[in-house]
Amino acid sequence: MTDTNRAPAGLQPAAAPYRRPEEGTHPPLLSPGYASTVLRAPKDPLVWLPHTLSEVTGPLLGEGRLGELDHDLTRQHAGEPLGERIIVHGRVLEGDGRPVPNTLVEVWQANSAGRYRHEGDQHPAPLDPNFTGVGRCMTDAEGRYRFITIKPGAYPWRNHPNAWRAAHIHFSLFGRAFVQRLVTQMYFPNEHLFFQDPIYNAVPDERARQAMISSFDLSRTVPEWALAYEFDIVLTGRDKTPIDEDH
Amino acid sequence: MPELQLTPSQTVGPYYSIGLTWEDGSFVVPERAAGAFWIRGRVFDGDGEPVPDAVIESWQADPEGRYNHPDDPRGAEAHDFRGFARAPTDAEGRFGIHTVKPGPVPGPDGSTQAPHIEVSVFARGLLNRVVTRIYFADEGERNAADPVLQSVPEERRATLLAEPVPEDGYRFDVHLQGEGETVFFAI
Repeated sequence: MTDTNRAPAGLQPAAAPYRRPEEGTHPPLLSPGYASTVLRAPKDPLVWLPHTLSEVTGPLLGEGRLGELDHDLTRQHAGEPLGERIIVHGRVLEGDGRPVPNTLVEVWQANSAGRYRHEGDQHPAPLDPNFTGVGRCMTDAEGRYRFITIKPGAYPWRNHPNAWRAAHIHFSLFGRAFVQRLVTQMYFPNEHLFFQDPIYNAVPDERARQAMISSFDLSRTVPEWALAYEFDIVLTGRDKTPIDEDH
Repeated sequence: MPELQLTPSQTVGPYYSIGLTWEDGSFVVPERAAGAFWIRGRVFDGDGEPVPDAVIESWQADPEGRYNHPDDPRGAEAHDFRGFARAPTDAEGRFGIHTVKPGPVPGPDGSTQAPHIEVSVFARGLLNRVVTRIYFADEGERNAADPVLQSVPEERRATLLAEPVPEDGYRFDVHLQGEGETVFFAI
């Protein structure tokens, strides 16, 4: 592979660029332990793209598109879904700790029995008529978001013999720039299935893998109602030029 | 202050193309917008099989080459212009984006970039999105002066060119792997 972090001569960006992720942060596209990557991962080296105006801008979505209950996955149907009600909250930040305000956060997940609401999911577990498994919200001025949902179940898949996905919630983030776009998965603490989950383990760096695990948050638990988990998401931020450094 | 650990990317899985689409997702501009056309294409895997669970997201400037974003101080001038599309593929790997051609955009070192559209491809089996750009085959002169397109090995540039289709718009296929593999960018 080419060194994707260095600009070839003569291609210095005009717009203030973003930091490029360190090696080991994101999973290699070809991760044969996850069988579906084998025919879908590009084989040619990626071409270095300068951060021009096209990359440092991006869609600012959400305003006017969200329904009142989009953040509450337990109130989108006539009745309440079965399962363990939980609160998932956290902040969307940039690498320097700066919050990302007013940005769209989307989540999707399996139901408490570990089944998605779609035809391709033939796992013999019940569908829940009161659970779709899709939520949306906007971060506030401090970058905070909060969802109410039920804890998703683990589920089997056909990647390898006796394969199970660790329980997870998918998160989609836009940030404020095309280069900040991120889709990730949030996992739960005290998970037993990480050792054999090739999607989780495709992230090379141990510290980076840990960044996908939420923490139990007693302080935000609502007594007699729901446990809480905290999950901060960190997007790449602006590359600091010397002129921005504190002295 | 030390940088925080970035959150890693993970695959969208198969549900993204089913549960997260928007009814008007393919529409960068409304149905009857002046000058609007379709960019249609298919997504293929390394065996040349269609990818039925991909999602194409696009981001582009308006016809004046301006972005609807605070970091473009000029601002977008176009009305009813979202700049963004989210289009799932169907069982045959087909997607469509209803849009207008963006104008030329400022590039590095005082250069001018040819009209182009930023594209992210998401799918089961992609642990991170792959990023490409759509250029337009009928912009020969501007394409020849585009610093990004010219940085791509010449024999692979054609994978970034949308070909005109009379009465409809343009065609742009995505080959994730193998023969005619689309150029993807490191960002």
